[in-house]
Amino acid sequence: MLITRKIEFSASHVCRVPELSEEENRRLFGPAANPHGHGHNYVLEVSVEGKPDPVTGMVLDLKELKDVLNREVVSLFDHRFLNYEVPPFDRVNPTAENVAREIWRRIEPSLNGSSRTLRQVRLYETPDLWVDYCGEGTEEGLCFA
Amino acid sequence: MFRVTRRYQFACSHRLHSDFLSETENSLVYGKCNNPYGHGHNYVLRITARGPANAAGQAVNIQLLDDLVKREILGVIDHRNLNADVDWFGVAVPTSENLAVAIGQRLKQNWNSVFAGDWPRLDQVCIEETPRNIFLINADEIE
Repeated sequence: MLITRKIEFSASHVCRVPELSEEENRRLFGPAANPHGHGHNYVLEVSVEGKPDPVTGMVLDLKELKDVLNREVVSLFDHRFLNYEVPPFDRVNPTAENVAREIWRRIEPSLNGSSRTLRQVRLYETPDLWVDYCGEGTEEGLCFA
Repeated sequence: MFRVTRRYQFACSHRLHSDFLSETENSLVYGKCNNPYGHGHNYVLRITARGPANAAGQAVNIQLLDDLVKREILGVIDHRNLNADVDWFGVAVPTSENLAVAIGQRLKQNWNSVFAGDWPRLDQVCIEETPRNIFLINADEIE
């Protein structure tokens, strides 16, 4: 069984690679390379797979998942400029891909257990653009959808 | 490995009518979608590509994907009549099933013009004909 918790945070970022020229950054990131940054209302959906506990009837307590997401993501990312205020994005380009992977890295230790596994992080930058990340083991990128 | 999905919108009219069926059969099969003057939708198109992130932290260059989709798909069909203005269907009926396949074929045929390497690859094409009618096809189902 797969259970998903959705949360939101608002943050600004700029997508640039310092070693690349202005023209090359524009080619890769378009307006997201504007040097003073811009913001998004990010929406994060985290999916955990497992079997319901025979006593509690739950895969995991969604309050616990909410607490993990608030502690590891929202409290650090919300209303921040990712490049300036949220490591590792002072060194790592905060593309949607890299933000999704960082979220996975932060929350996986708190979520994986004997009866449950983190399966997917879906990060919406806007309603028209989102990224799915399922860890490094999924060579073909096939999560569950 | 990442999957990146981009959502586009376009508006088209169409009429569902098969030349292989009689007037009565067409009316029975397609109902109000067989209306002789056609009708239209605000379609939503979701294109999913997958691949590893490069050194810039990017799995799919959205500028390039947007260019491809606008050139090959939206520029051809947006605010058009699929029966009268678009030559993708031949004798096939412009259902959203056939439209999803036609879009997938065109993206696959032209993919290397913008994405020259092994990655990213087209993963899925999804059409929402209305918010309640949704058609999804995997790229490996498309010839």
